[in-house]
Amino acid sequence: MKIAVMLLVSAAAFVASAQQPVTYDRILNAHKEPGNWLTYSGNYAGHRFSPLTAINDRNVASLKPLWSYQVNSLQKFEATPVVVDGIMYITEPPSHVTALDTRTGRPLWKYRRPMPDDVRVCCGQVNRGVAILDNVVYVGTIDSHLVALHATTGAVLWDVVVADYKTGHSITAAPLAVKDKIVVGIAGGEYGVRGFLDAYDAKTGKRAWRFWTIPGPGEPGHDSWKGDSWKTGSATTWVTGAFDPQTNLIYWGTGNPGPDWNGDVREGDNLYSDCLIAVDADTGKLKWYFQFTPHDVHDWDATEVPVLVEAEVRGTKRKLVLFPNRNAFYYVLDRTTGEFIAGRAYAKQTWATGLDDNGRPQRAPNTFPTLQGTAVWPSVSGANNWYSPSYSPSTGLLYVATRESGAVFYIGDAEYKEGEQFNGGGFRSVPNEEQWGAIRAFEPATGRVKWEHKLFSPPWSGVLSTAGNLLFGTTNEGQVFALHAATGKALWRYQTGGMGRSNPISYGVQGKQYVAVTMGNSLHCFGLE
Amino acid sequence: MTLAAVSLLLLQANLADLPSATRNPFTSPADLELGRKMYAGRCAGCHGPAGDGGKGANLALPTLSRAETDTSLYRVIRYGIPETEMPGHNMTQREIWQLAAFVRTLGGRTGADTITGDPARGAALFSGKGACQSCHLLNGKGGHLGPSLTDLGRRRSPAYIRSKVVDPAAEPLAGDFSTVRLKTKTGESVSGVLINQDTYSIQVRDNGTRLHSFWKQDLTQLDVERKTPMPAYGNKLTAQELNDLVALLARTPGEGQQ
Repeated sequence: MKIAVMLLVSAAAFVASAQQPVTYDRILNAHKEPGNWLTYSGNYAGHRFSPLTAINDRNVASLKPLWSYQVNSLQKFEATPVVVDGIMYITEPPSHVTALDTRTGRPLWKYRRPMPDDVRVCCGQVNRGVAILDNVVYVGTIDSHLVALHATTGAVLWDVVVADYKTGHSITAAPLAVKDKIVVGIAGGEYGVRGFLDAYDAKTGKRAWRFWTIPGPGEPGHDSWKGDSWKTGSATTWVTGAFDPQTNLIYWGTGNPGPDWNGDVREGDNLYSDCLIAVDADTGKLKWYFQFTPHDVHDWDATEVPVLVEAEVRGTKRKLVLFPNRNAFYYVLDRTTGEFIAGRAYAKQTWATGLDDNGRPQRAPNTFPTLQGTAVWPSVSGANNWYSPSYSPSTGLLYVATRESGAVFYIGDAEYKEGEQFNGGGFRSVPNEEQWGAIRAFEPATGRVKWEHKLFSPPWSGVLSTAGNLLFGTTNEGQVFALHAATGKALWRYQTGGMGRSNPISYGVQGKQYVAVTMGNSLHCFGLE
Repeated sequence: MTLAAVSLLLLQANLADLPSATRNPFTSPADLELGRKMYAGRCAGCHGPAGDGGKGANLALPTLSRAETDTSLYRVIRYGIPETEMPGHNMTQREIWQLAAFVRTLGGRTGADTITGDPARGAALFSGKGACQSCHLLNGKGGHLGPSLTDLGRRRSPAYIRSKVVDPAAEPLAGDFSTVRLKTKTGESVSGVLINQDTYSIQVRDNGTRLHSFWKQDLTQLDVERKTPMPAYGNKLTAQELNDLVALLARTPGEGQQ
């Protein structure tokens, strides 16, 4: 039973002709309409960059809260908004969708989805946002459906099952609209699911392709799993990827192998867990993969947002994909071929002595989980996590909210039972460790740090850069802040009272620029007026 | 069908799924071993291998606030806790009981944990020789430099309490108990207990129990040390005195209080 509630829509508030369908072409050229935020990362390249300059390093000190919108849930509110022609589309936990008027913060419609009481999630009934294409808003749900809603009314156009939630599948990531398809990643890495990446026909909801992230019998890579362990090996796809129209490839990170901390039952490299996969946008066929952490036993995943840039490497301009990984290494790959170009540790790590010429980690001894516990850096939450990095074409820097902490990892029994957690161990914090964090600015092609802004605790929120020389971020302790994008100098901050657990965006309406981000259980909008 | 009607049906389904037993019928050593295996594979990821918390709640406590009875613990495991990250579990009744039995051992009073002291003599030590009362509140009386101990028995096992009295610095402190010494640009000096801090500010309770808050940019000196000012009582109290003090502190509120 799906309920879409139509709320007040004042005819005078919007000029109907101003709301044009969000075509594929518009998303492709998102930089030409900086007032909108048309896709999860702002553009297909994963930049999370706003070309707007009305809010800038000279006036950001005057930035003020204009409105906030509270969700009626205590679950984590991790949504990145999408903004189209003055209307903001957000998801709310567990899988609700709300359209808001960007000037007043007032709701225009709400889609409310009752949830079965037996959904299975590792980490809260969260949702990170919608995709929009033409006049349709798409949401993946925590009970593993993909739902298409009319952008003006919130009415359900279609609702299809992506996977059975009773086996531990769920959807938390924002879908990605590419051409005429909606690409959807799956979660469930703590339940021993077999991961996949799906694409659905945007008009009908019919599945167009599925790429299994664990090769089946006879397929290349299948022998990287011992016995039947491939059937319960996870390798999920729970963070939104990137797309390059020139290579026609979708770049998507994959999650941990299952069980998380007991690798004894799944000997081998466990492909394609902890990988960046590049698949053909039309067919879902694998073009290349790069595995960051073969045989992961620390639950690091590789579920970061890939960042696509062009930069010089030893005198030659190359098409790159940047991937600051949760495992504490920064990777630079050729995005046409997957070739490893450069890599280096960018936060404290003790699990590898380095990377070899192909980017494969050289494991340090005695770093696997044990019954007594093994202290390893980075922690299970990593040097980075699902939240977004940002690349500014203005400064030419990549920004990452970096985490500095370790964990003690334990191995445990790993007996698979359908629909039950399949962890094989656990972790705890390192006694007496002073954990901290930092916003770090990197030279894209090398991973060298240009500046850092220290944070009291390891952050759980991404960053946004703007052409106004600004870098926006948030803290666990409730602040939204702005730094100078070229120097890292602190320029502005505001205490919202709620923890940062998502990604800021920026948009413009009628010549004015705004910054929006969820904090705690509220969405906050900031501006200069 | 209305949403309310669906909720009612779900509720009824839940009730139908609850066991008839009110006390855990599966607590044999074999049941505990099966429970331990389930815990290590499915629960330790959030609650920690020893059950003392992490991402999930600390279960190594004498009393679980959301699951004081066997039935309530069963219900939490079966259905999870709404609006938290604790999910429900679609296990058989026997499995849930076995897991619940093991969870009870995480913070339960074991044979070695038997209380042999006299709480009345402990109370005399608390306010007298031990001088505990100068820093700690117990049942409304005492100081505020250290944490209140009124409901300690609900939160901590006797063995834990004993270890903390004997040598408070031996193991890392639970939470973030730290001492602070700071100086401001205007020359003010404050030392006390850390209440809170973030990237930009710090809040401190001084030894006279006044509250202070500073922007870090206004400080010339800031030393935060994660250590307790509490002395070790291991060689200050006799074995009997230690037993008496533990007997006092391990009591839960309402349990034999004057």
